Amino acid sequence: MTILFEPFQFEFFRNGVMVSLLVGALCGMIGVYIVLRGMSYIGHGLSHAIFGGAVVTYVMAWNFYVGAGLWGFLAALLINQTVRRTRISADAAIGVITTASFAIGVALISRYRHFTRSFDAALFGNILGVTTQDVWVVAVVTLAVMLIIFFMYKQLLFTTFNAEVAQVYGVKTEWVDTLFSLALAAALIASMQILGVTLIAAALVIPAITARLLTDSFNRMIVISTVIGMLTNLVGMYLSYYIDVASGATIVLVQATVFGASLIMSLAQKRAARRLAHTHI
Amino acid sequence: MEPLLELRKVSFGYGAMPVLEDINIHLHHGQFAALVGPSGAGKTTLLKLILGSLQPTEGEIYTRGKLLQNGHKPRVGYVPQLETVDWNFPVTVEQAVWMGQIGNKNPWPWIMPEERKQVRAMLERLGIASLHQRHIRDLSGGQQQRVFLARALISKPDLLVLDEPTVGLDIQTAEMILVLLAELNRQGVTLLITTHDLNAAAAHLPWVICLNQKVIAQGAPEDVFTEEVLSQTYRGEMIVFQHNGMMFIQQKPHGHGYKDLLPEPVPGEVPQVNS
Repeated sequence: MTILFEPFQFEFFRNGVMVSLLVGALCGMIGVYIVLRGMSYIGHGLSHAIFGGAVVTYVMAWNFYVGAGLWGFLAALLINQTVRRTRISADAAIGVITTASFAIGVALISRYRHFTRSFDAALFGNILGVTTQDVWVVAVVTLAVMLIIFFMYKQLLFTTFNAEVAQVYGVKTEWVDTLFSLALAAALIASMQILGVTLIAAALVIPAITARLLTDSFNRMIVISTVIGMLTNLVGMYLSYYIDVASGATIVLVQATVFGASLIMSLAQKRAARRLAHTHI
Repeated sequence: MEPLLELRKVSFGYGAMPVLEDINIHLHHGQFAALVGPSGAGKTTLLKLILGSLQPTEGEIYTRGKLLQNGHKPRVGYVPQLETVDWNFPVTVEQAVWMGQIGNKNPWPWIMPEERKQVRAMLERLGIASLHQRHIRDLSGGQQQRVFLARALISKPDLLVLDEPTVGLDIQTAEMILVLLAELNRQGVTLLITTHDLNAAAAHLPWVICLNQKVIAQGAPEDVFTEEVLSQTYRGEMIVFQHNGMMFIQQKPHGHGYKDLLPEPVPGEVPQVNS
C-alpha cells in the first residue's frame, strides 16, 4: 500500500497522475477514429507540426495553448483540404505539411540560439513540469472532446466507415472532418507536456489497435481503448517514478507490452478456433 | 406527372476530358432501370451526378421538376459496390443498418428502442433478421448485399441507387439479388442500378440505358439490346440470340476464337473407382 500512496505526497505526482489519466482517456478515445480511418501517421506528423507552432508561439511571446493550438488546427485543416482537393494521398500530405512545420521550429531554434526555454519537455515529455493550470487545460480539452464524440457519434461513425456514402445520406462530412481535426489538434497539445512530440503517436495508436484485437464491436472498442489508455498511463506513471525513467517513454513501453500480450492472446485464440474447426470436420 | 429524376442535356468532364456528353434521361416513380456500358463509359460518374457528389459542367438535373443544384434533392438510398466496403471495420449488421437512420433526430450515441424495432423489421423484410448481431465480415456475399440494401431502404428513399449490385457474386446469389430488387420494385421502390451483366439485365430489368459517354439507346431490353446498339455501346462486335424465349448476349471474340489460341487439347481419362 505504501508503494501506491507514497508518491502522492508530491504535488507534481498528483498533477501528473491526474493529467496522465485524462490524456490516456483522450488519446484512447480519439485514437479509435485515427486507427479506423487508416491515419495512424497523422498523430506523429501533427505533433511535429505543433512543435513548430510551439516554437513560433514562444518567439512571438503568445500564449502557448492558443498559439500552438491554432497552429496545429491549421496544419490539420491544410492536410484535410490538400487530400480532398488534390490527388495527393493522406500520408504524402502529412509528410510534407507537418515536416515543413517542424522544420520551421528547428530553424527558429538554430537561428535564435539564446533560447532560455528548453524544448526537451516538448520533445520527450516531462511530468515534473505539469502545473495545476495544465491539469485544468487537459481536463477541459478532454471534456470537450468527449462531448464532441458523444453528440457527433453517429456522424463520426458513418464518416469513418465510408465518408462518400455518408455524404449521400446527408452527413456534412466536411464539417465532421473539420471538427475532428480541431479535436485531434487539441488532444495532441494537451498530451504534449506529458508524452512529448516524439511519443504521442504511439499513445494515440496503441490503445486503439489493442482494443481492435480484443473486440469486433465499435462501441466496445471505444470503451476498451479508453480504459487501456487510462490504465497504461497510470501504470506508466508509477513505473516512471520508481525506476526514474522519462514518463512518456515508460507509458509507451507499458502500452507496447499490453499490445504484445493482446496480440499473443488473439493469435492463440485464432489458432485454437482453427484447431477446433479442424476437429469438427 | 413530373419525373422523379430528369437529366437535361447533362455533360461532365474532368478538365478538358469529356466523360459524359448531352445526357437526357427521365426516371419516373416506380421505374426499375439499369445503366449498362463498358468500363470507363461514365456509369459511376453519372451516378455521382445523380447523388449530388459531382456537379454537371453543362445541363441541369431536376427532381420532381425542381433543380437539383438548388438544393432540392430526392431522398436517395445508395448501395455502393461491395468492394469499396472496409470489411474489417468493427460494426455489426444492426449498427450498419442503423447508419441509414442518420436523418432521425436521435441525439444519443446509441440505438433507440423505436430505431431498433425498425432495423429488425427491415432485416426481417430482407430475410436476414437472425444475423443482426453478426459482424459484417462474417456474412456471405448475398447477405452482405442485403445488409447494405437494408441500410438504404431504412432511410425511406424516393430512389434506390445501386452501383454494381451483382459484381463479385456467384450466378445463383446474383440472381437472388436481382429477384429481390424486382420484388422491392413491385412494392413501389424506384430503382436505378449499374451493371456489367447484360444477360441478367435482359432477364430481370424492364428498362435499360446503354451508355458510352453518350446515351446510345434507352428502353425495354427487347427493343434496346440489338446487335447494332450493343456493338455501338461496347465498340466491338456483339452477338444477340434467343434460346427458350430468353435473350442471350455475347461479345464476338476478336479475329478468331479463344480456342484457336490454346495448345492442341490432350484428351483426358475418367479414372476407374474400385469399390
